[in-house]
Amino acid sequence: MKIKVLIILSGIIIITLLACETEPSSVPLTEEENTPDTLAVPEVNEATGLVMDETFPLIIAHCTSCHSAKLITQNRATRDGWASMIDWMQATQGLWKFDDHEPQILDYLAKYYGPTESGRRENLAVEEWYEL
Amino acid sequence: MFFNFFTSSPKGEKLKIAKTPFLINDYQLIFPFFSYIYSMKKKQLNRRGFMQRAALTTFGTAIGMPIVFGRYLPENLIPVILEKDFPIEGKHPDLVLLNDRPVNAETPPHLLNDSITPADKFFIRNNGLPPENVNPETWTLTIDGESAKSTRSFSLAALKTEFKEYTYQLVLECGGNGRAEFNPPAKGNQWTTGAVGCAAWTGIRLADVLQAVGIKDDAVYIGYYGKDTHLSGDKNKQPISRGCPIAKALEPETLIAWSMNGEDIPLHNGYPLRLVVGGWPASCSGKWLERISIRNRIHDGPKMGGQAYRVPCEAVAPGTKVADEEMCIIESMPVKSLITYPKTGAILNARQLNINGHAWAGDLKVKRVDYSIDFGQTWQTAQLSPPANRLAWQDFSATIRFPEPGYYEVWARATDEKGKAQPMILPGWNPKGYLNNACHRIAVRVK
Repeated sequence: MKIKVLIILSGIIIITLLACETEPSSVPLTEEENTPDTLAVPEVNEATGLVMDETFPLIIAHCTSCHSAKLITQNRATRDGWASMIDWMQATQGLWKFDDHEPQILDYLAKYYGPTESGRRENLAVEEWYEL
Repeated sequence: MFFNFFTSSPKGEKLKIAKTPFLINDYQLIFPFFSYIYSMKKKQLNRRGFMQRAALTTFGTAIGMPIVFGRYLPENLIPVILEKDFPIEGKHPDLVLLNDRPVNAETPPHLLNDSITPADKFFIRNNGLPPENVNPETWTLTIDGESAKSTRSFSLAALKTEFKEYTYQLVLECGGNGRAEFNPPAKGNQWTTGAVGCAAWTGIRLADVLQAVGIKDDAVYIGYYGKDTHLSGDKNKQPISRGCPIAKALEPETLIAWSMNGEDIPLHNGYPLRLVVGGWPASCSGKWLERISIRNRIHDGPKMGGQAYRVPCEAVAPGTKVADEEMCIIESMPVKSLITYPKTGAILNARQLNINGHAWAGDLKVKRVDYSIDFGQTWQTAQLSPPANRLAWQDFSATIRFPEPGYYEVWARATDEKGKAQPMILPGWNPKGYLNNACHRIAVRVK
């Protein structure tokens, strides 16, 4: 039994190392990818509705352990706004400290879930026209 | 540390997936998994398939990553990993789920067409998790507090036999209904128009129960306590405990209710017992009610202080930061209306259209409802019914004639008995996005 587990674990480690070696640049974004153009069609994770990028796993780990991803995807805030929400959760809701992950998490939230200028009233959006 | 890993099956029941023997307590330990996932992404593997397959294997691969600081997770907490719009038991499938932990769901306007909102179409605004395994036989309500002359507990059966029963149609509207429109945006559930309903509530007058226990002269406020649990799982934390001034508590329509539309109250709406404080932010109407304190000061439970359910005492420019001490508690909700027929997006072959909806005005009556089909340039008066009782919403209806083919918006604007009307653009911005009573609009195309 122990041997089996050892074999499986070593297998995972080898695959992981290979993956790291063959895709050394898969994690950091290049400057080009960081331009606003790529924001037009951000890749969305179907299970959560969250935008997929290199910070996505951190969001899953730090945020959706406790609450729905909808609380992120339905809200819009500046970097400071998101920081104050996290402060509030840490101060009153039992959320742990993010330590050195915090800047990356805030960058992600401000980038994909930042406010848009909607004026004093937006145009009506009709999901579906139907014959009455 | 061992985890029980759960996820939702398509039918909504919790499905136990696996009990994992993985020791997960350090993010760095399993960090290489991230690279593994991203290498799979680069190789064009179907990530969705990966997630689904993974969910059926062990914890480590189930989410492809550890739960960071998972050691802090309370044992009874189910990690939210795979989101699903699962239907809520007893609720209409077209309710819009804004959040599933805690459950927050709103009703599209066209589903609110009934004069008395059916239970399955009544919105849900939970702050925590509803109690499990509720037993009405053993449920008790305790009245206590600095300004109570004694402390008494009542069983549900005692409440039903010792006090006179009343039924009122009462509007409950979330203070944050309409928040989604504010600019700059306000945090919280992004309600559009559907955090409102008017059901027929049956129970006893809060006043009768408080008076039976005895109210001291220095009573200022009542505060409720419910049996819901905090999201963190911490049993010492309450998700919410609000209330209202003693004068509102003693109004004849303020009820301790056990029935909605002649049936048990749905679990998510407070079964087996709740307060119903009509016309005020629905957060005053405590659910899963187990205790009411008569306070000699403004109640100080969670979500009474800070910025919760408060607006700036003096109006501020959009985006202003307002100090806590300059925020005032919301009391009566403002005048508002909703067009509940037809559903927005109607294409008409005829030039005529019957519309209907409801209007309400917090503690006040609605005096008039007008509608416009020319973007507010001219207004016509709709027919308005009187309320079934004080604090019930009022039905309105009109027959519209469109002069020519084209795109129209039908706007509805209610005016309360003191002459205040709904604004056509957003009303006063406030940091938490409360009290948006801007007029409701639907789009119509005439062929």
